[in-house]
Amino acid sequence: MHDYLTHTRGLRSWLTTLDHKRIGLMYLFTVLAFFLLGGVFALLIRLELFGPGRTIMDAATYNKIFTYHGAIMVFMVIIPAIPAAIGNFILPMMLGAKDVAFPRLNLASYYIFIAGALVASSALFLRGADTGWTFYTPYSIRTNTTATLVLAGAFIMGFSSILTGLNFIISIHKLRAPGLSWSRLPLFLWALYATSIIQVLATPVLAITLLLLVFERLFRIGIFDPAIGGDPVLFQHFFWFYSHPAVYIMILPAMGVISEVIPVFSRKPIFGYKAIAYSSFGIALVAFIVWGHHMFVSGQSELANFVFSLLTMFVAVPTGVKVFSWVATMYRGRIRFNAPMLYAFGFLQLFTIGGLTGVFLATLAINVHVTDTYFVVAHFHYVMVGGAIMALMAGLHYWFPKFWGRMYPEGPARVSFALLLAGFNLTFFPQFILGSQGMPRRYWDYLPEYTMLNRVSTAGSWFLAAGFVYAAVYLWRAMRAGEPAPANPWEANTLEWQTASPPPHDNFATAPVVTDWPYEYRDPLVPASASRSLP
Amino acid sequence: MTTTHHHAHHFASANDEFEAAKQGMWVFLVTEVLMFGGLFVAYGIFRGLYPDMFHEAHKFLAVNMGATNTLVLILSSITMVLAVTATQRGRRDRAVLFLVLTFLLAGCFLVVKYFEYAHKFHEGLLPGGYFVNQELKDPKAPLFFSLYFVMTGLHMVHVLVGMGLIAWLFRRTARGEFGPQYYTPVELVGFYWHFVDLVWIYLFPLLYLVG
Ligand SMILES: [Cu+2]
Repeated sequence: MHDYLTHTRGLRSWLTTLDHKRIGLMYLFTVLAFFLLGGVFALLIRLELFGPGRTIMDAATYNKIFTYHGAIMVFMVIIPAIPAAIGNFILPMMLGAKDVAFPRLNLASYYIFIAGALVASSALFLRGADTGWTFYTPYSIRTNTTATLVLAGAFIMGFSSILTGLNFIISIHKLRAPGLSWSRLPLFLWALYATSIIQVLATPVLAITLLLLVFERLFRIGIFDPAIGGDPVLFQHFFWFYSHPAVYIMILPAMGVISEVIPVFSRKPIFGYKAIAYSSFGIALVAFIVWGHHMFVSGQSELANFVFSLLTMFVAVPTGVKVFSWVATMYRGRIRFNAPMLYAFGFLQLFTIGGLTGVFLATLAINVHVTDTYFVVAHFHYVMVGGAIMALMAGLHYWFPKFWGRMYPEGPARVSFALLLAGFNLTFFPQFILGSQGMPRRYWDYLPEYTMLNRVSTAGSWFLAAGFVYAAVYLWRAMRAGEPAPANPWEANTLEWQTASPPPHDNFATAPVVTDWPYEYRDPLVPASASRSLP
Repeated sequence: MTTTHHHAHHFASANDEFEAAKQGMWVFLVTEVLMFGGLFVAYGIFRGLYPDMFHEAHKFLAVNMGATNTLVLILSSITMVLAVTATQRGRRDRAVLFLVLTFLLAGCFLVVKYFEYAHKFHEGLLPGGYFVNQELKDPKAPLFFSLYFVMTGLHMVHVLVGMGLIAWLFRRTARGEFGPQYYTPVELVGFYWHFVDLVWIYLFPLLYLVG
């Protein structure tokens, strides 16, 4: 029988495919290519900071390098990684559908993404960009680098994100298999649904903001320019109105992956199914009313600061609900230590530190003290890399057998996990200390007393690089010549595992019918008292 | 049918597909509201900051032309509705006629807009840094014309896209591709066109009739 990989052949059949699985994989390879590029820039940043003063580049180059690193990792890697790559492949299969609601729109989203990425990347070969990924005015209006191209690229990529979100929302509404009621919907899909809502509601605001900034540079319209009565802080409001929710575009799908992996490898029903599902919407809702916490020192009123500080702390509630539910799921489970589960552990450790330091930062007095220091850098890397990338790795390993019909090797996967976890903590934990001691972010140089911790951080980045390179090598090999995978190697209940690995072109040989929720895992060795009954 | 036969079967029925497309269009229009929303917020903030400047500057807009265009767009919404109904009832000739009328009214809007813009250019009432008009003394006035051009400009881009879509509908209707059984694109372009008109209904009083 033909599977989706052998259904048609040749590069052309991939580039013009309407198959959500192939589109998902095209996103995956694109995203990983940009991850490599963004990663190289990260290594260069750390290398420059190995010692005070000039190490390998001048200050102007450094400004460009950290701008590239941030813009690439945010817009071209973390935002599309889980929803557009893994989500595209898995969402219709979990629904028991043959495709997403609008397959042609799905392919169009991919090419819009590529177009935007190319426009933004073209700046690399011209005069670059040195605004940071946040494009703060008025500097972004005045810089004589080719920032306009990066802005235009991010603007275009935004439409790809909007259209993917739209496609997912309608797919979940309209394409659920018979019997797949909302209360049986896998948590990964709840998470993608909440993510899609943010993508659809927040991204248009970024679009208009970036467009205004482009006009600002091209036609000097002055809306963000104080010289003719415009307001540079208005830019920050607009920008963070998108970019704070965007943080949840990055982390909600990651939480969705973890919610699938933990019950499967704990062999226990998920604890707090409804709480996990609804807390995704809690996070999405709060996401829209906390943006001002990025502007505590931008001249916002004290009242606004107070309100935004308080509201930001509410984020911790739905987030805590999730973390405790995952831990409770593992409690007295029969845990299998396969790579996806290891990465889920990694996620829990790193995300918890990232999340709790988020509460520190929400606290007004502490925030003012550590604003624009490495404490903030460490915080969001713990969430974005420690959270989102660990979950991406968990998802890549978890669904690897489904993507390729082959198993990844468990031994090397453990080695790379160990390298990544150690490397990550080594790289970013010292930055919490540096930040609390007052080392400002974005600078090319620092005082000599910060040298030691910066060296540790830079050395950590090499472990991280080694871990990722090693993972790329064994995953590539396994993709070509790994052990053949059975349909359901993890004994999971969600629908994507109830069909062949790799799946046929139409996903299912016969249309699936759902009769139960997917989390009814019971291991014969687990006493019944440890399992929770159905909600 | 131009939908790829290879994949049309991922919906259980034609009605499901229609419902999904309609929902998709509504979600898309929500994103449009948020995009224009950013501009309306900017407008609100600056009008709150500089009410006198807005009052002075708005006198330099041609109210009669704006009003004409409001009327033209409302008419075009009516002809669009008639085109959709005609398609649903299988009256192809009427559908073609009303699509042509809608297209012409949209063109009429653009012609009026062209004369308005040309006049503003001539008088140096240009956005931000390019503002050179001598009569309007308020130093913040360029900001008003930045907003005017960005808001009406973005709206005009939507009108142009709408005209393209209406032309496409016209071609497909003339070929007999739509009828009582299948009229999804006609109905959805109709939604879009009403949205474009609605934006103008807000733009007109906000820009031309500052009290
Ligand atoms: Cu934030």
